[in-house]
Amino acid sequence: MLEFIQQLINGLSLGAIYALIALGYTMVYGIIMLINFAHGDIMMVGAYVGFFSISILGSNIIVAMIFAMATCAILGVVIEKVAYKPLRNSTRIAALITAIGVSLFLEYVVLYFLTAQQRVYPDSAFPLHKYHIAGLVISNKDIFIIVSAIILMIILQYIIKRTKTGKAMRAVSLDRDAAVLMGISVDKTVSVTFAIGSALAAAAGVMIGLYYNTINPLMGIIPGLKAFIAAVLGGIGLVPGAMVGGFVMGVLETLVSGYGSSMYRDAVAYGVLILILLIKPTGLFGKNTGEKV
Amino acid sequence: MEDKKSKRGKFLLEVIVLAALFILVQYLITTGLLNRYYQINLTLVVINIILAVSLNLINGFTGQLSLGHAGFMAIGAFGSVIISTLLGYPFILGIIVAMLAAAMAGFIIGVPTLRLKGDYLAIATLGFGEIIRVVLQNIDYIGGPAGISGISKMTTWPVLFISLMVTMVVIVNMINSSYGRAIIAVREDEIAAEIMGVNTTKYKVLAFVVGAAFAGLAGALYAHYFYIIKPETFGFLKSFDILVMVVLGGLGSTTGAVIAAIFITVLNAFLQEYAAVRMIIYATILIIVMIYRPQGLLGNKELSYKILKKIWSGKNASSTNK
Repeated sequence: MLEFIQQLINGLSLGAIYALIALGYTMVYGIIMLINFAHGDIMMVGAYVGFFSISILGSNIIVAMIFAMATCAILGVVIEKVAYKPLRNSTRIAALITAIGVSLFLEYVVLYFLTAQQRVYPDSAFPLHKYHIAGLVISNKDIFIIVSAIILMIILQYIIKRTKTGKAMRAVSLDRDAAVLMGISVDKTVSVTFAIGSALAAAAGVMIGLYYNTINPLMGIIPGLKAFIAAVLGGIGLVPGAMVGGFVMGVLETLVSGYGSSMYRDAVAYGVLILILLIKPTGLFGKNTGEKV
Repeated sequence: MEDKKSKRGKFLLEVIVLAALFILVQYLITTGLLNRYYQINLTLVVINIILAVSLNLINGFTGQLSLGHAGFMAIGAFGSVIISTLLGYPFILGIIVAMLAAAMAGFIIGVPTLRLKGDYLAIATLGFGEIIRVVLQNIDYIGGPAGISGISKMTTWPVLFISLMVTMVVIVNMINSSYGRAIIAVREDEIAAEIMGVNTTKYKVLAFVVGAAFAGLAGALYAHYFYIIKPETFGFLKSFDILVMVVLGGLGSTTGAVIAAIFITVLNAFLQEYAAVRMIIYATILIIVMIYRPQGLLGNKELSYKILKKIWSGKNASSTNK
């Protein structure tokens, strides 16, 4: 039982990271119905920006995270303007293939300039400290990840629910044409969505750097896919769904690698995806909407 | 009557040209004029054509975006190697088993997932492709993550040539038959096709199974040329490779897929030492083609004598105008 709770705690910090990435997927999907395949790679760029601001500029982890978030917000907007905007009215498959292209582009441009070498996140940024409570081990990293993820989620909720920008985002995702008629600039709203989603991914990237200690140019693929699965699990397009889905995926993954074989860790994620797609494609929190001709 | 005769003449001409090509390459190989480097790339060209044409049947003609083609290739590769190397049966049986196994996997995966649409289907097939890889990595009988080595080289030029011809004949004839028309109808408008009485699920699964079977064939050929196979070779990056070929050539153009497969393989050969640059070029191709020509370079048009003639005469006309 103690071990189970321990696994649960380990899973929570991973889940928080997945949830942050999943939020970006779900927000973008909610607004322009595009699976932004490059989202995991934006996270990777965030991890690198964080890494360099710690190792070169010597900033602390919070500054590094903010720096990474700002950089990736700009990157996200640029990607949207250059690659996705021209395709807004073409087929969804064309947009999806473009997203795959952007994903490969980011991965291999980083690989080309920074080589495939693994980089170790500097320890000085965040000295590891372990707390022993009632037989459980909790590290300050886990606490930091979970707390900062929750703070970011609260900020996001505030933006979506209480600000004008958030209102515009909700309106565009509900009905783009009607939103335009109400005087909402769709272009601006989409840009803001990409900026926020990418910033969250960047924060997750820095957290992944802390969590796994190493980063490399292809690190975004697998967490990106898993976060996407988390978004689908919660119901893609739904912000609370992405949060819940992320935590579920994280906990599930640590349980599988804790009790079963870690080789099957990735397969389980895909298994969850296929099950959810077959049983309830709209996700746990989604409502069924019939297809209209 | 006249038309039938000219058709027969054209067919005869095609057979002669292909036979001549076959004999020429065979001659070059036996005399050693075509060295090993060129032979490897020739083999890769043929395998990639089979992969691209078969994926094009699913992605281009049926309009169902599948990102798990490498998974079927893996099943074909390991299936054939189990038969030929581990159990010691002849290679031809290995090929047949490879195709059957891949087709069966295609059926098992296709029936549930093809209910999904667009991007959901893409992700589900990507997931299945990865599951195939992870499962193969965990089977000790086929060497786990290390894979199988010491496979005898049985993919010779005649085997490649016959495989390619079978692939082309089956897929081209399928597209030009009533099956093909139903498949294209599904791509154009699934609901309309259903109203017209097309059993959309049946045709989608059929295209998926046939595509998977030929991916299995490509896997078997690959395994018996390169001595060693590992599950990780058939990850989703391999699927993306094939997708690039299909997208570049034109979603729904078999000749386009063939040309793109040749182009990409040659490009790969030149950029062998610059893997990162190669992938950056791929990515740029994907993005630019999608933005400026979302239907692919050839779209759904086929390159035929007629079009070639038209381009030729058009060029002549413009040059005389000057």
